Amino acid sequence: MSSQVKAAALREPLVRIAKRTDISKGQAWAIRAAAILLALVAGGLIVLAMGHNPFLVYADMAGGALGNKTGLKETVKIAVPLLGAALAIAPAFKMKFWNIGAEGQILAGGIAATYFALFWADKLPQVPLLLLMFLAAAVAGAFWGLIPAVFKAKWGTNETLFTLMLNYIALGIEQYLQNGPWKDTKGTGFPIIAQFAKGARLPKVFGVHAGWIIVLIFVVLMFLYLRYTKQGYEISVVGESEPTARYAGMNVSKIIIRTMCISGAIAGVVGFMTVSGADYTLNANTAGGVGFTAITVAWLAKLNPIVMVFIAAFLAVLTKGSGTIQTNFGIPKSMADVLTGIILFFMLGCEFFINYRLIFRGKGEAHHG
Amino acid sequence: MGDFNLAGFLTAAVLAGVPLLFGTLGEILTEKSGNLNLGVEGMMFMGAVGGLAGPYFYEQVGGTSQIIAVLLGLVLAFLCAAFGAFLYSVLTITLRANQNVTGLALTIFGTGFANFFGEAIGSTNASNYMSVGKPTVDAFNNGIMGLKGAGGVGDFFASMNFMVVLGLLLAGFLAWFLGRSRKGLNLRSVGESPATADAAGINVTAYKYLATVLGGGICGLGGLYIVMNASSGVGGTWVHNCVGGRGWIAVALVIFATWSPTRAILGSLVFGALSIMRLYINLGIPAQIYSIFPYIATVIVLIAVSMRRKRENQPPNSLGLAYFREER
Amino acid sequence: MLRQWGPREAIGALWGEEEQRNEGARSPAKRAKDMELAPTIEVRDLEERTAIRLKDITKTFGEVVANDAVSLDVDWGEILALLGENGSGKTTLMNMLSGIYFPDSGEIQVDGKTVTVRSPKDAFGLGIGMIHQHFKLVDVLTAAENIILGLKGQGKLDRKAVARDIKAISEKYGFDIDPGQKIYDMSVSQKQTVEIVKVLYRGANILILDEPTAVLTPQETDKLFAILRNMKADGKAIIITHKLHEVMDISDKVAVLRKGKYIGTVNTSETDPQRLTDMMVGRAVSLDIDRPRAEHRNLRLEVENLTVLSGEGVKMLSGVSFSAFGGEILGIAGIAGSGQKELLEAIAGLQKAQAGAHIRYFPPESEEPIAGKHIPVKRDGEELVGKNPTQIEKIGVSLAFVPEDRLGMGLVAGMDMVDNMMLKTYKNGRGPLVDRRPPKKLAEDLISELEIVTPGVGTPVRKLSGGNVQKVLVGREIASSPTVLMTAYPVRGLDINSSYTIYHLLNEQKMKGVAVLLVGEDLDVLLELCDRILVLCGGKISGIVDGRSTTKEEVGLMMTHLPGGREASAVSVLQAGRTERGEDQ
Repeated sequence: MSSQVKAAALREPLVRIAKRTDISKGQAWAIRAAAILLALVAGGLIVLAMGHNPFLVYADMAGGALGNKTGLKETVKIAVPLLGAALAIAPAFKMKFWNIGAEGQILAGGIAATYFALFWADKLPQVPLLLLMFLAAAVAGAFWGLIPAVFKAKWGTNETLFTLMLNYIALGIEQYLQNGPWKDTKGTGFPIIAQFAKGARLPKVFGVHAGWIIVLIFVVLMFLYLRYTKQGYEISVVGESEPTARYAGMNVSKIIIRTMCISGAIAGVVGFMTVSGADYTLNANTAGGVGFTAITVAWLAKLNPIVMVFIAAFLAVLTKGSGTIQTNFGIPKSMADVLTGIILFFMLGCEFFINYRLIFRGKGEAHHG
Repeated sequence: MGDFNLAGFLTAAVLAGVPLLFGTLGEILTEKSGNLNLGVEGMMFMGAVGGLAGPYFYEQVGGTSQIIAVLLGLVLAFLCAAFGAFLYSVLTITLRANQNVTGLALTIFGTGFANFFGEAIGSTNASNYMSVGKPTVDAFNNGIMGLKGAGGVGDFFASMNFMVVLGLLLAGFLAWFLGRSRKGLNLRSVGESPATADAAGINVTAYKYLATVLGGGICGLGGLYIVMNASSGVGGTWVHNCVGGRGWIAVALVIFATWSPTRAILGSLVFGALSIMRLYINLGIPAQIYSIFPYIATVIVLIAVSMRRKRENQPPNSLGLAYFREER
Repeated sequence: MLRQWGPREAIGALWGEEEQRNEGARSPAKRAKDMELAPTIEVRDLEERTAIRLKDITKTFGEVVANDAVSLDVDWGEILALLGENGSGKTTLMNMLSGIYFPDSGEIQVDGKTVTVRSPKDAFGLGIGMIHQHFKLVDVLTAAENIILGLKGQGKLDRKAVARDIKAISEKYGFDIDPGQKIYDMSVSQKQTVEIVKVLYRGANILILDEPTAVLTPQETDKLFAILRNMKADGKAIIITHKLHEVMDISDKVAVLRKGKYIGTVNTSETDPQRLTDMMVGRAVSLDIDRPRAEHRNLRLEVENLTVLSGEGVKMLSGVSFSAFGGEILGIAGIAGSGQKELLEAIAGLQKAQAGAHIRYFPPESEEPIAGKHIPVKRDGEELVGKNPTQIEKIGVSLAFVPEDRLGMGLVAGMDMVDNMMLKTYKNGRGPLVDRRPPKKLAEDLISELEIVTPGVGTPVRKLSGGNVQKVLVGREIASSPTVLMTAYPVRGLDINSSYTIYHLLNEQKMKGVAVLLVGEDLDVLLELCDRILVLCGGKISGIVDGRSTTKEEVGLMMTHLPGGREASAVSVLQAGRTERGEDQ
């Protein structure tokens, strides 16, 4: 044995970790709030490094996103699909089915809705047309979510990558439609899809498309579904332990498939709201990364739909605010992604301090010569 | 199909496979330690922007040495991506955060980080782009065998640049390391059963950190190659969202390769070929449909792997799980 | 974790850190000699014979005090048995000696020198090797690879040299080991052998074996003890922990822990099992388990030609046939992995039976107390093969199943008691919503009836102690008023009090006319509790014996031998079992 090892062996470890059980809900949320604050400080350092005053930048972000009516409307418009997609992800994640394919499911829904908007607008009045688009989007989204679920249920195929690949496939299909069969023939020759007719547009309520009402209804429904229904209970059990679910006589395959249909359907409706309420057309940006950011929202909210409302609003402020600071300070818009990433890092990290406590050397030193 | 250019097709397939190979090798090393890092895409982005920024600033201050520029690119690409992997490691190993979500967060962060700096640095330049000079770009694209286009097979070898060779050497080394060396054995045991490794006196935390950080750095080299590769027409210039999903294909290729570095070579070649196929083989279908071939192929691979399970082909047993010695 | 590998150290340590140790990995003999000369383990003179001394060791986990100022001594060339109930802190104490846990306070001395054991690596450096109860082996690696894991040497592996060294150790102490065999192809006792060779290869002079006999047959236990005596003669200090019985055979001294506290050390020659038990429990306890005879004893389950394949297509059960009766406890013995799990799961509808199998269920007679609670089913036996748990329940069969993996299968670890109570009944009632009132009532009833210790019905069951978790599970299953009760290792990890509560509950069910199937590992308990014992060996039945007349040795032999020419007694027992079944029909 070398002398180095022996010397080291005489000292107690610098820090030890022990589980803690004694933390109150209030303390836990205080730790989380502190984490967000620290994340903003870390983001501020980047801003500072770029030669700007972080306080001014943050103030400008908040002002741009919340300070005036136009900004506020824009922020809500960003929050709606984010919240919707987070709600879509919630039941899947609760089941530990890592659906990172909300992006593709949104697109699938958008494509289906667009089909009716383009080819049925002259045949149907507005309300039935919108209902049809809503339903078509839900069905298409559900189908896109169903594919990986079937393979997962049957063979345990890795759903993380499967759902992700389906995002790119959906995008390829959208690009094909946009460049080929659905290309606007009356336009400039640029490969875009025509703007929807009036009848295929979601009406505005208080200046923002009615999607915000739909999504708030979904919040309540999802909250009740997960907490008080038999199906919600099944999702929780499958998520905690598949053997237990089988032991309890649950049909795990059926539950996985059913839950992913619900998840995909909600994402599909988000696609409908985006094409019919926000953009009045379908393009490669219809999903625009919402499906990924929504994972952040769902996770930060600990899959609680009510909390998701606030997290989605917060991230929407960041996104809208990043647009504002790009104009005013010349800071690239990707700042929103950087900040989101940093906040997520801090939130993920802070859970540790909620679950464990650190014991530093010193306390026990008296016992060790 | 009459004028099908086999040598040209193979060359393009190999070159398109290089970033995938680095990404796959990096992720294999990472996963062998039991860490499932879904942030490959993000780390490739970080490697891309870091690897471009190194030579860019070197040239901006008047540097002219091709070798120094290339070395700066390699080192910074590696370090930048390794930094991303380090953040992931702190969160998942030390702070025991969920690996799936942390990996996704790293992808969001890395993508934003790269686009942010790529554009922020570009905006300080008169041309409004972050772009490096031709000698640097050439170093990443010219063949190193000293062959000149002799047609056919000669063309193929003539266009093999040093990144191709580096990737192959790395694959060979990793295969030896994991299969034949003591450290490799230790690393595998960490990924299979950290409690066992710990009880055997292996520093589990150190192995996990090192494998993940080094693996991340290797992924970063793939990002560097993407940004330097001239076959897309804009080699050496920052392009918004340039990695474009290749990091995710690399994650899938790890499964395709069943955690074997040598099979990763084959996987990268196949997927490289799929991604450039439309330029060489005319099937009479729209370009957008060609572009989804690699993704469909990935799906098929995922399904095939899940349907026939073999003991030796399974992922490391503790993949995705945090380890805490005093857990009860 | 920060302490082992803070971010700052991460850069510096690299792979090379372990280089300093064990350069002579090729020659165990040489290394063992180095170890004796190493500064921490002085040359043993006759005055200083103490190998290990623990002084006032305390360790807490959250609120739980696992060890409270424990002290004990072990000399060189001595075998100390560390005795205590489950949860008394034996394993925790040993884990601190081997560097898995770090004590909150107290002192460890090795060979007269105060040391700090921060990691298993430190422990190896001090010549301490531990054989864990749950083997620390990597399944996909070979024996040799497992043995050299984490050791320093050339960067490249020299498999031949390693195999040679392993042979040398094996010959010295009498092991039988194939260095090239993969762990997943090994039996439990082979795995244990690998574990022991592993610590010897590292030059351990102090061996700790945590419940080494729990997984062995009586015959394998004898073999292990012979090896331990060889090591003792070689001057090694050995600590083995166990619950009770084998301690008398092998140890020189017995140290007793109770609820984390050190009670005392006695010489084995001067004590007896009853006195040791009293020390362990803290009061006089009766070691006898009741075995009443039930009034009604009717055929309940008839299993015929049951074959079950594993996911990889390996036969886990092969042509198994037997009957289970109401009013009887049928014990199921066998070494771990002999098909016990598959047998119970197949009956519960959780495993697919191969074609040709029958599991017939016969309802209780109308005069029995448990009759009338169930929808009548076919008199000539209801076929259970091909039905899932829901379908089995639908035809009126009330099967209760307490699986081996309590928190991973029987309960949802992260859910509270209320949600766990409704695991099998959540579908009751109309409409899409769950009704949490009945399960809440049941949870509250169980807490008071079974004296379950929990902060409340809303606490996740994961946070309860092992004994309380088992009470929650068994309580829920019995509350479903079953006619068949299947339990696997129901007292594993429980203290004596909780164990007896469970035995009592099983007997109570038996007396009601329930058919109880009990998979157990402790032969002494099976022999005292069961009416009949079915012995599994490699997925086949090697015999069914009468619990009142058989012996531990007989059952032990049957666990490793199928009936054949030599095992005449087992064959006759098997035939006896068949005749019995015939009569009852």
